Parts: sequence; structure tokens; C-alpha cells
Amino acid sequence: MSFLPQVIFLIIFGAAAWFLSKRVKFLRRNILLGKSETRNDQPDERWKTMLLVAFGQQKMFKRIIPAILHLFVYVGFIIINLEVLEFVLDGILGTHRLFAPFLGSFYVAAMNFFEFLAVAVLFSCIVFLIRRNILKVERFTKPEMQGWPALDGNLILVIEIILMLAILTMNTTDQILADRGVSHYLAFGGLAFSGIIQPLFETMSDATLIFIERFAWWFHIVGILAFAVYVTYSKHLHIFLAFPNTWYSNLKPKGEMSNMPEVTNEVNMMLGIPSETPSDPPSEIARFGAKDINDLSWINVLNAYSCTECGRCTSECPANLTGKKLSPRKIMMDVRDRAEEVGKSLDAGGKGLEDGKSLLGDYISKEEINACTSCNACVEACPVNIDPLSIILQMRRYVAMEESGSPAQWNAMFQNMETSFSPWKFSPSDRFNWAEKVKEEEMK
Amino acid sequence: MSTYQVPTMAEMAGKGETPEVLFWVGCAGSFDERYKAVTQAFVKILNKVGVSFAVLGPEEACTGDPARRAGNEFLFQMQAVANIQVLNGYEVKKVVTACPHCFNTIKNEYPALGGNYEVIHHSQFLQQLINEGKVTLKGGGEFKGKKITFHDSCYLGRANNVYEAPREVIKALDVELVEMKRCKTKGLCCGAGGAQMFKEPEPGKKDINVERTEEALATGAQAIAVGCPFCLTMMTDGVKNKEKEEEVKVYDLAEMIAKDMGI
Repeated sequence: MSFLPQVIFLIIFGAAAWFLSKRVKFLRRNILLGKSETRNDQPDERWKTMLLVAFGQQKMFKRIIPAILHLFVYVGFIIINLEVLEFVLDGILGTHRLFAPFLGSFYVAAMNFFEFLAVAVLFSCIVFLIRRNILKVERFTKPEMQGWPALDGNLILVIEIILMLAILTMNTTDQILADRGVSHYLAFGGLAFSGIIQPLFETMSDATLIFIERFAWWFHIVGILAFAVYVTYSKHLHIFLAFPNTWYSNLKPKGEMSNMPEVTNEVNMMLGIPSETPSDPPSEIARFGAKDINDLSWINVLNAYSCTECGRCTSECPANLTGKKLSPRKIMMDVRDRAEEVGKSLDAGGKGLEDGKSLLGDYISKEEINACTSCNACVEACPVNIDPLSIILQMRRYVAMEESGSPAQWNAMFQNMETSFSPWKFSPSDRFNWAEKVKEEEMK
Repeated sequence: MSTYQVPTMAEMAGKGETPEVLFWVGCAGSFDERYKAVTQAFVKILNKVGVSFAVLGPEEACTGDPARRAGNEFLFQMQAVANIQVLNGYEVKKVVTACPHCFNTIKNEYPALGGNYEVIHHSQFLQQLINEGKVTLKGGGEFKGKKITFHDSCYLGRANNVYEAPREVIKALDVELVEMKRCKTKGLCCGAGGAQMFKEPEPGKKDINVERTEEALATGAQAIAVGCPFCLTMMTDGVKNKEKEEEVKVYDLAEMIAKDMGI
């Protein structure tokens, strides 16, 4: 027996592993372009959030139909990948269905369950394709989805469909060969789903069937490896990053904006209040607010890489719903695109962050960030706890404090607050006038 | 017969007294013609129930919320630190406010600057008073049996997870509470948060408050209840935009309770 298939398998597997590790390093470096931030408090709550939201899909179930379809694909992904372990071992050892003799009837039951999942994934992906391309569900057709994002979404679904078809084809030809008593093939006494398509192959010769079975096997395993690499270029990264992303969720009340201690020191000095922390000059003069990805926290960038562009945020955004340019999904896509651009430039020995471009200005406009009502609908809607609002507010801080470039009406509001301690132009001495009337009224 | 009392912290401190709770009025509650009525209604309720309270009066200043949301952290902190000095000077422990923006800022953002208080929204305060039997509602007032819908404010709802207190207050009025399609965690903003109250909206195809008002009117409600001064303005404008101001009124929770109490 030739070792050639095993050698080829090892070469392909090794190449995929090497390439993946390179991609992981690239992504990790890009995420860490963001500022350091420590968010390790309340570990119990963090594990719980990850289990509920990522592992348990809790927030998906706000929309029941996509939730169920997505659940099929998710469970299929996790469980069918158990079978991939067998694929890999078979590939390395040159065996065929290595686990079958050890697991006996449990193996057959598992195969039937995997087939059920494969069919469920197939069905779900077809429905998803219909939703995207025929029903044209609104959130998939917004301007930021034109071009690559739409193609990316469709490619992922088509790849998943082909991979599932490969499994079913492999199983059905495998079982025909087993029933015919061809050596190496083990009969399971019929498989629930691939059994249905057996008639398509029954007239074929043993040699043709062996070719199809082997082809489907190779196609499936090489396809999975290629898909794993593809995922690192795609919005599909959420299958891995949803887990760390939910672990690093913001656990504070959503309405709370983070404090800027560097401002507190200056304010205390201006008001003549002794600072609690002795005023060490900051080691580096950082910007106020965010202009580019390195001004954001690494968690903001992790958020961007975890976004699968489902658009639930945008479909709940009051600004977007009423035709404003702001789309929280686009904010996340822009952060990711900018991180990719800087990362690629750095790898090519280019200027990186110093390329004369920036997130605010070249990717995101003031018109977009100014339209936000800070209502937290996007944050609430995100199935993996991404926080677009945090990024928007950090950019507003940059515009207000570094550029004094806020809308004129906001600058007027700032002025009112500075001079009369109210956003409206009223005299502070009139603040208590409302009580005059009520103080004269007789209590009933 | 005595008149309603509105003691200030300064007056009380002068007499060596400390109130149980500080009523934080907020800028809208102090200056906005429409929202002053809400402030007055709430003060009447506090008087009627005999709650020991005081206001800061002229010593109050904007919490800084709109400045912070618009990106001006310096201005926010100037306001916040000055307010905290006043509040800590009076040793304030508990704050009640009818403005969800003030509520959110004092509750969640002042602690980082040295201001630690128990902060509750007036919907929660009213619910407590009703539950404790301190507010006795006639239930036969002008709202009895009417269809009323409640518009969730973002800074009360999603921002701070307060969804039930305002609904409990409305239900105590013996009315039919009807929900909009987008309510509670999915509630649609009125369009004024994040300092939008203080500027014109960006170009678009519709104003957010009109979108929200259409949804409120679609419930068939005869009144829209709110718990926020900005929401009150936005929803009132929305109803006017739809030319329904004769049929559908917009009320704050405190006004509804005060009306039912006959004060």
C-alpha cells in the first residue's frame, strides 16, 4: 500500500496549520494596535456572560427564525467538527473510519446524528441565501454591504453547503461500497439521510464509487482546512472571537461613559482641588478621544474583528431607521478595515499608522458620529455584545477637545453651560423661579 | 390651610436640618415651560405625602450630561466636580430626580469623580410611595379605563434597566396600559439623547420623534406617558406634527399621579 496519500495529507495539513498560525499572529497584532486596557474584573460574571451569550446564543433568540436556523449551523459546526478529528487521524494513519470498530453502535448513532445536522445546516444555509438574495432582508442590503461584504456572506453560505454535500456524498457511496462487501468499507445497516440519495449512485461501478467516496473525503477535509484559513480574511471570524468578545463585555450600566482621569487632573487643578493622585506628567502625550485605531482600546478593535455584519445594530438604530448616514455596523466594519490596512502596511514595511490617513475622516465622517443619540439600541441588539457606541463617543471627544470641531449648535450649548451652567441660555439666578407659583398655592 | 413648601438645602442647613432626600430638579425641570409643570406636580406629591425633601435651588447646575455626550469632557467634569462639591458639602445621601439623564449621570458617572449617592428616578420613587400606601390613588380620575402607552426613555431603560417601575405607576391609575411594538429593551429613542436635544438632526428622510410618535399613535392610546423631559418635548412635538394634539396628550408620570390625587 502506498504512503503517498498520507504524505500528501500531512503536507496539506501542515501547510494549513502554518498558514493559520501566521494569520492568527497578524490578527492578534492588529487587535493590539488598540490601546491597552485591563478588563478582568468579576471573572465569574464574565464566564457566565460568555456561556450565556456566546455559547448559549442567548441574544440571538430575540429574533426567533434566524435564531433557530443559526442554531442548526452553530451546533452543526461544533459537533460535525468532532468528526473532523477522525478525518485528520484517518488522513495521518492511512486508516478508514478509525473510530468505528471501537464505538460500535454508538458510532452508527453518532453518524446518523451528524447526518441530521448536515441536512439541518444545508437547509439553514439555503434559507439564509434566500433571505440575503431573494427576499433581500433590509439589513443585508444597506450601503455598507455592497461589494465584498455581500460576496463574503454568500461565499460562506455556499462553502458550507458544498461541505455538507461532500459529507453526505461520502457517506452514501461509503455505504453502497460496504453493502457490496468491498474491503475497508464497514456497513452500518443504513444511514438515515444519506440513505435517501443512495439510488443516485447505485448503478455506478465499484471503481467509480471508490473514486467519488475518496474525492468527497479529500474535498471535505481540504475544504475545511481552506475554510479555516478563509475565515481569517472574512467577517466569519465571529465563530471564534465571539467567545473572547463576550468575555470582555462591558459589565457596567450601559448609560455610563468611561471617565477620563487625565482630564480630572486638569479640572482639579483649575478648581484648586488637590488631586488624589500626585500629578505625574503623563509618560506620553496622548490624544484626547479617538482619531485612529491606536486611540481606541484593543477591546474596541476586538469588537470590530468579532462583528459578523448581521446588521441587527443598524436595523435598531433610530438614526439609521430615519435615513441618517450613521450605521453602527459600518462603524465596526470601518474599524476593522482600518486595522487591516495599518496591519498590512506595517507587514510590508510601510508607514502603518503614519500613512496620512485616519479612521475619523477617511473612513468615518463627522456627520455619522454626530447623528448618534447614544440610545444603546445597537449595543442591546448585538448578539455578541459589541459596543459601537463606545467608539462613536470616543471620536466625538476627539472632535470636541482636539479640533473644537463640534456642530455650531453644540458649541453654543457648551458656551451656555460655561456661562450659565445650563445647556440653555437662562440666567442662573432664574433657576429657582419655578417654585414661586407652587409656594403660593394652597395645599389641597 | 398651608401652602406647598419647597425648602432649599441652604435653608435646611441654616436650621441645622437634613432632609431625607434631595430632589434634583435638572435644567429642563427648572427652565423648560412645559417641564416646570412636572417639577411642580412632583413637589406637590412630596408635600402631600410628607416626604422630607429639599432642592438645591439656585445652587444647582447642569450635571454636564449633554457636554459629555457631545464630547466635551472638560466641560462635563467642570460641571460634575462643582456639583459634587455642593452635594458633598451638604452631605447628601439620597437623590431623586425626574430626569433620566441627570439620574444616569449622578448615579453612574459621579462616583468616579468622588460623588457617591443613592440615586433613584422619580418613577421608582413614585412606585415605592404607591407600594407603601403613602400615595392613595382615587383610580376614578380622568385616566380611569383609558388606553395609555408608555414610551421608554433610553437612559432609564437600556442604560439602567428600569422598565417596570414606570409601568407599575401607570397601572396603579387603573388604566389600560398598551405597549408599542418597540418597547422595553427594544424601545425606540425619541431622538433627543446624546445631546441631540441641542442641535438640528443630520440630514435624513424623517425625524426620529415623528417615527416614534407614529408608533405610539398606532396603539390607539389616548395619552402617551413619559418619564423624561426630553422625551416629553419630542413626543409632544411629534403629536403636533401629526396634528393629534387635541386627541392625544403627552404626560409625565408625576403629572398623572398628581392629577389623580386631585392636586
